[in-house]
Amino acid sequence: MKIKDIPQDNAGSLDGETKVIYARSDAGRIESSQTTGWEVEEIVLGLALDEIRRLARDAYQRAEAGETSPLEFHMYNQRMDVAMLAQAVGRFQWLVKRDFVPRRFAGLSPQKLERYAVVLGIDVTSLTGLPKQYD
Amino acid sequence: MTEPFEHRHAAHCETGVMSAMLRYHGLTISEPMAFGLASGITFAYIPLVKINGLPLIAYRTPPRMIIRALSRRIGGLKMVFEKFRREADGERALNRLLDDGKVVGLQASVFFLPYFPPNMRFHFNAHNLLVYGREEAQYQVSDPVFSHLVTVDGASLSKARFAKGALAPKGLIYYPAKVPDEIDFDSVLPKSIRFSAKINGARSPVPIAGVKGIQRVAGQIRKLDKAQERDANLYLGHIVRMQEEIGTGGGGFRFMYASFLQEAAEILRSDLLADAAEEMSEIGDEWRLFALMCARKSKARYDDTFDGIADQLEKIAGREASLFARLHNYR
Repeated sequence: MKIKDIPQDNAGSLDGETKVIYARSDAGRIESSQTTGWEVEEIVLGLALDEIRRLARDAYQRAEAGETSPLEFHMYNQRMDVAMLAQAVGRFQWLVKRDFVPRRFAGLSPQKLERYAVVLGIDVTSLTGLPKQYD
Repeated sequence: MTEPFEHRHAAHCETGVMSAMLRYHGLTISEPMAFGLASGITFAYIPLVKINGLPLIAYRTPPRMIIRALSRRIGGLKMVFEKFRREADGERALNRLLDDGKVVGLQASVFFLPYFPPNMRFHFNAHNLLVYGREEAQYQVSDPVFSHLVTVDGASLSKARFAKGALAPKGLIYYPAKVPDEIDFDSVLPKSIRFSAKINGARSPVPIAGVKGIQRVAGQIRKLDKAQERDANLYLGHIVRMQEEIGTGGGGFRFMYASFLQEAAEILRSDLLADAAEEMSEIGDEWRLFALMCARKSKARYDDTFDGIADQLEKIAGREASLFARLHNYR
């Protein structure tokens, strides 16, 4: 790719930052250059973020209906999945999934809640509740 | 600090950190040179490890390998690595080094670094950055993938350094104890190039690495016809994100490696390497085309097919196979 062919698509997700990309100068040297983003990257990042939002929205609705605990919603909302969350708190996946049962979740010890809250990067009060609305 | 720290924008965190840290200690080494000397280039497809339900795909060797390979390959370079069980110990050790005027590399989770744009904050635990100073509770950070210097408050930095989960950083800090004045390129360049050619070539001992890994993914893409449209799009999107988004310098590190080969060709006065650089740069263009086809497919623009996308990958695999075969016995 030549330097003049580097996409400069002002990607929204970069928030005004730039990225380094290596490309060919007129003299034929492959060197460090800048890009404000590429539409292709925006599209595939959008796919991933949409999927996370879909999972979080679905968990939010089920948590509101009392079918799952707020933990499942916050897990997706903080961009994790069961495998990641289980690894982060150092427990088996089936133990984490068991805490999605609302009655079980309501009876969790403050220490357990704190562990979940820390790895999710939120505080315990947020963890045990749901935001007023989602999306 | 004896000399001012010079921030330089890089494509990738680990190579950027090593290049900046060594330069600070008087050993000039470009980012592509750090990448190439560490034999960072590869393609890995690991279906057993899942990220959000998608297989692990990487265009570089595993995290921390670049730093370790460099300290092994560059004669006279000695790196110190420290991990901590308790946050307080990790903070104290970092502060002590900074008070001594050291520039310290560390591993951190992207998710807890406030200066990252929100859309980029994922739970990736193996990000690398440099801390070069401290003013009260604010740490002065040179993050190579940003064009400018940033600051991080102490609480966020601790959270990022002690994030839990896969590749947990465990507070890892590193800095050089000894840096040589120069690198013995004549012996170490051929070694690094041969190593990359061997692990990535068609005769690689690792069946999921390099050319074989690419062919496997091509096979998976052909099967996407039977998958749900949403799953197929997420699968293709995931590959492209690993290739472009996470700081590869474009084309899944192929452009950066081409730049390395060019630099190596000049140092060793090798026409073979100069040709290889050209070819690697063109292979990078093919990867970019592959990414474009995947994105188009997800938007149902044009009439890309899964078979067409897989054919493109097979073509890349073929070109990489013959390039690495030429470098296999490079002396």
